[in-house]
Amino acid sequence: MSAIRWRSRRGMLELDIVLARFLDRHEARLSEDETKAYLGLLEYPDAELWDIITGKGEPEAVEKALLELIRMN
Amino acid sequence: MERRKFDVAIIGAGGAGMRAALQLSSAGYKVAVLSKVFPTRSHTVAAQGGITAALGNVTEDNWLWHMYDTVKGSDYLGDQDAIEYMCRMGPQVVYEMEHFGLPFSRLENGKIYQRPFGGQSRNFGGDQAARTCAAADRTGHAMLHTLYQRNIQAKTHFFVEFLAIDLVRDAEGRALGVVALDMERGEPLLVEARATLLATGGAGRIFQASTNAFINTGDGLGMASRAGIPLEDMEFWQFHPTGVMGAGVLISEGVRGEGGYLVNGAGERFMERYAPHARDLAGRDVVARAIAIEIHEGRGCGSRKDHVLLKLDHIGKDEILDKLPGIREIALKFAHVDPLEAPIPVVPTAHYMMGGIPTHYRGQVVVPARTGPEEAVPGLYAIGECACVSVHGANRLGGNSLLDLLVFGQAAAEHIVEFLKENPTSPPIPREGPDLALARLARWERREGTERVADVYRDMQGIMQSHCGVFRRAEVLEEGIAKLEEARQRLDRAAIGDHSKVFNTARVEALELENLMEVAFATIRSAAARTESRGAHARDDYPERDDRNWLKHTLAHRDGTIDYKPVRLKPLTVSSFPPKTRTY
Repeated sequence: MSAIRWRSRRGMLELDIVLARFLDRHEARLSEDETKAYLGLLEYPDAELWDIITGKGEPEAVEKALLELIRMN
Repeated sequence: MERRKFDVAIIGAGGAGMRAALQLSSAGYKVAVLSKVFPTRSHTVAAQGGITAALGNVTEDNWLWHMYDTVKGSDYLGDQDAIEYMCRMGPQVVYEMEHFGLPFSRLENGKIYQRPFGGQSRNFGGDQAARTCAAADRTGHAMLHTLYQRNIQAKTHFFVEFLAIDLVRDAEGRALGVVALDMERGEPLLVEARATLLATGGAGRIFQASTNAFINTGDGLGMASRAGIPLEDMEFWQFHPTGVMGAGVLISEGVRGEGGYLVNGAGERFMERYAPHARDLAGRDVVARAIAIEIHEGRGCGSRKDHVLLKLDHIGKDEILDKLPGIREIALKFAHVDPLEAPIPVVPTAHYMMGGIPTHYRGQVVVPARTGPEEAVPGLYAIGECACVSVHGANRLGGNSLLDLLVFGQAAAEHIVEFLKENPTSPPIPREGPDLALARLARWERREGTERVADVYRDMQGIMQSHCGVFRRAEVLEEGIAKLEEARQRLDRAAIGDHSKVFNTARVEALELENLMEVAFATIRSAAARTESRGAHARDDYPERDDRNWLKHTLAHRDGTIDYKPVRLKPLTVSSFPPKTRTY
């Protein structure tokens, strides 16, 4: 287990569920760059991160492919 | 073991812990705040509704009317001294947050906007009041960010990603600090403090269906319980009627407000039988209980008949998208249905814990002792959802929890300042002081085990859901206690597969489950003992409120014994509101 798992624990249950699903499916295959990008996304406050995941907001700079993967969960 | 010394140790960085920390740091004290997650990711962030205070900006208002509503909402189990204090202080703490920079929604005249919530009345049960202040639908988020920024300016010291393990006390019971696990390094840290404040939030993860985030594991309650402090009124949990089946995520009451309604397995609109007038808009406890009865009596939906359906497709696509933003995303993501075309499967879902660590209205922990039922524990405080002060009694009103955080965060900080002045030094930590905590950590180093933590976790949640959920009766509860005892024995036989030091989340989850187990036992034992129905505690076999025998607080001890103490019916300065039948 790792910091990436723990930092996916959030204040909002919606995020807990989506991020845990994403990690269950993809964590083992994330590249170093993707892991870095993912940790970067986790720096957003919960409400903004939820907007990003539901497509109501866009992050400043993040790999589009990674974001699409997260949004599918 | 590494040691650090502070004036005050605060466990938890939600709204309550950060409000208290701000006051103490601003007064010049050296304050440590320990949090297992980054402070602005605390569960306070999920509070959307707002904060209730009698400002009178939209409708004429008076803190005494707010007090009346809160006492009545509590089904007369709330302590009226604490409720008076909270309602009287409401406007002051809201204006303080405004001054700190919380971006409240405004009226055209520039004053703070206030919206009407259920249970709010004018003139002691008269017309609807509009009393809840909000920052759009993100009040909790705005509050946390405001308090965090202010704490940084005030030089509060944050220990981020530190899991508190156990309190450190001396032989007289005085709190001397806490041992915490530094998750990044995997090492324990002893935080010595002249006063210790628990602000660890709720414990909704004891239930399978919960709106609480994964972090809400009752860590402060576990610590208090292991320190020999009984837990108060743990049978009282507020269930939200419409959590998404299998996920727990809330579907707001707004859906029913816009015309959505519930149907059972036969396609019947069953709320018409339970509340002929209010139907799907009856109070939370009424709707949650109706759903539980439908499921219990075999009228649920799906192949397992374990949920009901919330239908809203008849409202129309444009209306749904316009008036209920966000609902479609929630339904698609968590129920895998498009609510424009199909109903959403829902179940009553645990939402808020009214009980907790017993305190008086200035936040100090109080326990039964030789001198009476409420002797203060020197140096130990609790505030917010983990505390039972008790302002919510048997049932919490919407908007009163954010108020509770601020008022008692401030009140506890003021009491701590007095305590620190009277106690300029603290006694030395006895050599065996950290032993309880270190033994807990050492226990999970054991490599032989026949059980997995995740299995016991899941089973505990299932037991609490089916035996101590909305539908409660003696034989169901007693069977639940026996099953939970088995689960606890299995936890004793469990081991974790990962013994690494750095960010060992398996170890953290095992420690969290131990805390949840303390909470689950206190909850189900208290529920089995209370043979009446009051507020959120509804006994099928004892459907009436029984003031003659049960107008009292439960105190559940760790050894399984249960004590009671009187409700404080006498407010601080005004006359008491005597118990009456609660009708809306």
